[in-house]
Amino acid sequence: VNVAIALACGVLFSLGLGVSGMLQPTRVIGFLDFFGAWDPTLVFVMCGAIPVHLVAWYFARGRSTLCGTEVPAKANHSLDARLVAGATLFGVGWALTGVCPGPAVTNLAAPSMFTLTAMASILAGVVLSYFVPARAN
Amino acid sequence: MGNALLGGGMIGLAAAMLLVLTGKTAGVSGILDGVVRAEPGEWRWKAAFLAGLVLGGVLLAQWMPSTLAQAAPRTMTWIVAGGVLVGFGARVGGGCTSGHGVCGIGRGSRRGIAGTVIFIAAGALTILLLRSLR
Repeated sequence: VNVAIALACGVLFSLGLGVSGMLQPTRVIGFLDFFGAWDPTLVFVMCGAIPVHLVAWYFARGRSTLCGTEVPAKANHSLDARLVAGATLFGVGWALTGVCPGPAVTNLAAPSMFTLTAMASILAGVVLSYFVPARAN
Repeated sequence: MGNALLGGGMIGLAAAMLLVLTGKTAGVSGILDGVVRAEPGEWRWKAAFLAGLVLGGVLLAQWMPSTLAQAAPRTMTWIVAGGVLVGFGARVGGGCTSGHGVCGIGRGSRRGIAGTVIFIAAGALTILLLRSLR
């Protein structure tokens, strides 16, 4: 059951990415260009996505699902060196490529030198992260 | 603008459905990681989610082909360097745009809010730096 739900959610997620325009690297780079021709699209995407998720979280937190699993009761509020370092490096890479993992996977549906290279590099980065000790705080 | 709100709503709904129906978090970098490591008990739904993303991409290619990425925004050297940083940074920092930005902020997580503010700031500084180099 988990598998079918996850598949359906993946389809809806990537259709949302497409409709919102966020599969275009130029949109991401435009959003990060605060001191140039700023493109606010990502703000509207976040304003569409976050409230929907907040409502679901408010009603579902700490409850059991139909699959017999639990929805977490608490959000993770911890701040540590890994978060700061990781998010900083992620931001730099995001600005260079214009893609984050969701769009990178979705864009595989239109294979090109760019989309395949971006995905392969992201995977290489994920594997590299296994060499960072878990408690490098 | 309307499309961005609608698409964002679809993204939020997809993440919300996954949370409500399975208790799982739709953070794409964590999902990629679980599949790469063949994480026991988790990799199946994670692989299914990734398959769903690609399937959605195939549907977009049919119905709205212009929404998919066309050309690379920079030379391949930058793409490789940036891609490695995206994958590495997302896993060290415990999330990417979907995990911190949508699912994290979308549950009032201070970690998600901080992560999102940091990566947007780092990205903006990077663009500013590239601009001044030209």
